[in-house]
Amino acid sequence: MIKALLARIRQGYRTNPFPSADIKLPHRYLGLPKLKSSKLERAAAACPYGAISAGAGPGLDMGRCVFCGACAKAAPEAVEFTREYKLCSSDRGALVITDRDFKRAQTLGADLRRIFGRSFKLRQVSAGGCGACEADCNVLQTVGFDLGRFGVQFAASPRHADGILLTGPVTKNMELALGKTYAAISSPKVVIACGACAIGGGPYAGHEECVGIPKDIPVDLYIPGCPPHPLTILDGILRLIGRTE
Amino acid sequence: MRTEHLSGFDFGATDLDAGIFFETAASRLAAGGRAVAYFAIPEDGAFRLVMAVAFDRDGRLEVYSSALAGPFRSLTPSFPQLHLFEREIYEVSGLKPLGHPWLKPIRFNTPGAVPGVAEFFTVHGSQVHEVAVGPVHAGVIEPGHFRFQCHGEHVFHLEIMLGYQHRGVEKKFIGAPDARSIHYAETLAGDTTIGHTWAYCGAVEALAGVNVSARAQTLRGVMLELERLANHTGDLGALAGDVAYLPTSSFCGRLRGDFLNMTALICGNRFGRNMLKPGGVNFDLDYALIKELKLRLDNTYRDVESAVSLLWETSSVTDRFEGTGVLAKEAAEGLGIVGPAARASGVGLDTRRNFSCGPYERFTMAVSGSGDVYSRAYVRWVEIQRSAELIGGWLDALPEGPVEAECGEFKPDSAAVSLVEGWRGQICHFAVTGPDGKFRHYKIVDPSFHNWQALAMTLRNGEISDFPLCNKSFNLSYCGRDL
Repeated sequence: MIKALLARIRQGYRTNPFPSADIKLPHRYLGLPKLKSSKLERAAAACPYGAISAGAGPGLDMGRCVFCGACAKAAPEAVEFTREYKLCSSDRGALVITDRDFKRAQTLGADLRRIFGRSFKLRQVSAGGCGACEADCNVLQTVGFDLGRFGVQFAASPRHADGILLTGPVTKNMELALGKTYAAISSPKVVIACGACAIGGGPYAGHEECVGIPKDIPVDLYIPGCPPHPLTILDGILRLIGRTE
Repeated sequence: MRTEHLSGFDFGATDLDAGIFFETAASRLAAGGRAVAYFAIPEDGAFRLVMAVAFDRDGRLEVYSSALAGPFRSLTPSFPQLHLFEREIYEVSGLKPLGHPWLKPIRFNTPGAVPGVAEFFTVHGSQVHEVAVGPVHAGVIEPGHFRFQCHGEHVFHLEIMLGYQHRGVEKKFIGAPDARSIHYAETLAGDTTIGHTWAYCGAVEALAGVNVSARAQTLRGVMLELERLANHTGDLGALAGDVAYLPTSSFCGRLRGDFLNMTALICGNRFGRNMLKPGGVNFDLDYALIKELKLRLDNTYRDVESAVSLLWETSSVTDRFEGTGVLAKEAAEGLGIVGPAARASGVGLDTRRNFSCGPYERFTMAVSGSGDVYSRAYVRWVEIQRSAELIGGWLDALPEGPVEAECGEFKPDSAAVSLVEGWRGQICHFAVTGPDGKFRHYKIVDPSFHNWQALAMTLRNGEISDFPLCNKSFNLSYCGRDL
């Protein structure tokens, strides 16, 4: 017992403040992309996922981006990745980075905010993908991020949940299970698409084995990244329920 | 350090007459061989069966193949290690392994297949009941379906049905490499990005005949061992959580993140994305970064030591770990189990030792004998110590030189087998090129492909409440197995 206490003292208090101006991501981290030019032809040619459109209405779609940095390497004069981790949006269209300011996620309406703002339970549904998004959701439950302090928890049953946090490109083999899980949650409910796969198929975009999120499941929050940094996920969820500005 | 590339071999030279193929396979497996891959490639309107057999003690690989158009002789009754390979061949090609004891789908990707809908093993009798779990689980975890045949808490049998994560990756390598191939390799199993990407790069480099510099190989080693440190530490914490020992559970949850952050310090991504590429690595370390990494590694390692040592000194923990979920050495060998799970059952198999390459010369592996949860946990702890030592040593004496080399065209009609010891165990990538010098076929064998059956075995005559503990002691990949 004494050893456990000594270890506890040694380990110290390790929960990181959030939000905080002191958060610094590693210098090679690829965060919010920034367009430095409207001439995106070279960058677009370098992207294996068609996330960049050149010509009229140039833009970089974070929903299709796996943050490999190939565009910035091929065309450093056109695309730059900043170290900004706040990437979430409530609007699929807003994920397309243009020369305008990026529109961050909006808070739910006052009614929903009143219901979910202080206690928000999510059922995580993993539907394809590589398991990295799940790992970065799991890490939010550790002492480092302590998701619970914001009133947010992952619930074991959809019956106990206020919404779904979906990861993966939704494989054919998970379509039915996703539909059933969604139906099992009582309304009002929220859907969060977490990671490049859930938003646009990610590395598996265009595969016949993947069907994407069914049309009858509306998405309230998009969290880009492959996988998104835990801070990106945390920021998105807290923005959604109005716990951060 | 040896840096000459492992070369690709002439694929045509593996061809055997069908009768001789099965006789050779049976005699080589009987002589102690372990199948690292066994699969079917489409050929001239029919198929070619290909088997790669490893003789671990000699560090030797043999490959045989044979053209086949109809049903074939199942070797599973004599060599259970082939059971899932043969089921996969049947699902992919329709060629029936005659005499396979439990022939059913593994990925449910054929027309009309419905995931989870298949015959299940059942037990009948008074008060015998079935517990079904998944595909959507209670935790934040990938999907799978588990069925327990029970009498009260007592488990007679567990059957694991997967395939929900099947996203059709392997076939996308055909006709490649292209700009997406490396990302497929990085996301075969998200927590094993370095392991799988190294295996992919190894196959590409062998086929292109490229030598990777000692510095690049050592940097790959640093990344692979950081991946192992993160996962082993996280799993020891999760094991502590499953026996309600919260101190270690809390400490290790945070410490796993510290290792991931070291990975991100090197390449920008916590899982090691964008680090490896055929011919070398994308990022180098300078003096300041090496210093910072060493400092972080020392601190984090000391914290892990303090957190993990509590496990072995707490009787409520050891009481739950000891004797739970025993996998006998014979079962582990018979089923072709790999990785720390095999080493914890006394099987001396570690790719870093048996097929030593790059920075792993003179590597010694951790083997323990009891095959229970305790043994699997303890092997992980010994491997944590070894990985920290390796990284420390490499950072102290990083070979000078370039970190990348140009990769040219592939040799046509060749093949390469690439083995890497990922944190879960041996990863095998088997690449075959066609006459055009592009991938004609690409077969991926994640360690989980072998090891899911080991988890099922450990539950026999256990209790349902042992499941989370046994499960975590393996912590297998769903996506790596489903591909």
